[in-house]
This record gives sequence, structure tokens and C-alpha cells, in this order.
Amino acid sequence: MVPLGHYLILSAVLFATGTMGVFLRRNVITVLLSIEVMLNAVNLAFIAFGRTLGSVDGQVIMFFVVTVAAAEAAIGLALVIALFRHRESLNPDVFTSLKW
Amino acid sequence: MATDLLLFYLFGAIAAGASLLVVLGRNPMHSVLLLIVSFAALAAIYIGLEAPFAAVVQIIIYAGAIMVLFLFVVMLLNAHREDDAAPPAGVTSGPLRAGGVLAVLLVAELVWALRRAARGGDALLSAGPGADPAALQSVRALGNRLFTEHSLAFEVTSILIIVAMVGAVVLARRES
Repeated sequence: MVPLGHYLILSAVLFATGTMGVFLRRNVITVLLSIEVMLNAVNLAFIAFGRTLGSVDGQVIMFFVVTVAAAEAAIGLALVIALFRHRESLNPDVFTSLKW
Repeated sequence: MATDLLLFYLFGAIAAGASLLVVLGRNPMHSVLLLIVSFAALAAIYIGLEAPFAAVVQIIIYAGAIMVLFLFVVMLLNAHREDDAAPPAGVTSGPLRAGGVLAVLLVAELVWALRRAARGGDALLSAGPGADPAALQSVRALGNRLFTEHSLAFEVTSILIIVAMVGAVVLARRES
């Protein structure tokens, strides 16, 4: 049986990778993909804890996270299309109209 | 006996490596395809965690539905590579340094929290009655839990999906 710590470390590595992507990339689509990586890291932690505690609640929460991720992807990609139509670019540094 | 550990290392390495390439890649198309590889490896890890339903959901919804949506948008916008523009004028060494400090803090915090959590979890495991793997794997138990204890959250989720659907249609509509 794989100890819980191994799963948590993998989860932390994935989460850090996703965070790095959100900050480093200059492409809105890749930023959204990095957020998906972060959500997956959280799912892994939930399921590992659920198994350790002997409860299906981890899987139930993973189910909800997947649903929220689907909603987020739909809205996020619709926003990307709308932004691309206005600015002809996917670089988040271009979208500064709301910045003061 | 050590097969499960070996498989965990194999799939964990695939997931971590593919995620790293997703983040570092220049071509969004490659990033999307590599993310599917990462999701498949995570699904294998879920099977090792006695969560077959989670693995199937991961493959069908994540790798199937969400990633196809991403692929559609990448192809629709013809975004095969990232603009290689210079960093904007506002980004100087000051904010970069502050970001570096924040990153180190995040890593330190994660390591600290996870060490504590893993110790507590292993203690729980040795103290508790031990999980019944059959109950964990059963989709029936999952459904019972989902539709009794968490039924309110489930209904709220359906409202969320409707709002997201309407919102996506409104946002992506061409104004004319």
C-alpha cells in the first residue's frame, strides 16, 4: 500500500507546476490549462485522503470539483473567444483596459 | 507486494512530467495533448487508490469532454504559438523578486502542511478500523452518499451548470 505522503507530495508537485504555469505563460489558453492541472492536484489529494479515512466523501468531492472545472472551462473559453474577437491576441498583457 | 509502489512511481512520473511539459511548452496544441496524457496517468493512480469511478469520470469528462473543448478553441483561434512579446514595461526586477519570495513561501508552506497531514493520516490509518476496500470501490455507496448527504450540493451543481451554459452562449455570441 502506497503511503499517503507519496500521494500528497505528487499532489503538491502538480499544484506547484500549475501555479508556475499561471504566472509564467503569456497565453490565456495555457493559463486555463494550468488551472486544470491545479484542480487535478487537488482532486488527487481529496481521493488519497478519502482512501486513508475509509470514506467515499473524497470521491464525492472530486465529482463536484470536476463539475466546477467543466463550468469554468466553458465560461473561460467563451471569454477567451470574446477577448480574441476584440483584440486579435491571446496575450493576457494586452487586456489592460480595466487596469489603472 | 511492491508492485503498487512501482506503478505509483511510474504513473506519478508520467503525470508530473507531462504537466511540466504542458506548462513549459510553447505550442498550445501540444499542451492540450500532453494534458490528456497527464489525466490518463492520474486516472491510473485513481485505480490504484481504489476509486474506479473517479478514474472513469477523469477519462470521460476531463480527457474526453473538457479537453475536446480546449482543442476546439485552440483550432478555432488558430493559436499555434505564443506571442513572443517582450515583458511589459511594468515588470521590473522589484515585482519579480517579490514573486520569487512568494514562491519560496508557498513551497515551504506546502511541505510543512503535507508533512503534518501525512503523519496524521498514517496515525489515523494505524488507529482506525481500516477501510473496507469493497465499500470504497462501490459506485452504489458513492451514489447513496451523493444523493442523500450531499443532495443539496448536487442540486446546486445543476444550477451552476445551467448558469455556465447560458453564460457561455451569451459571452461567445457575436454582437450584431
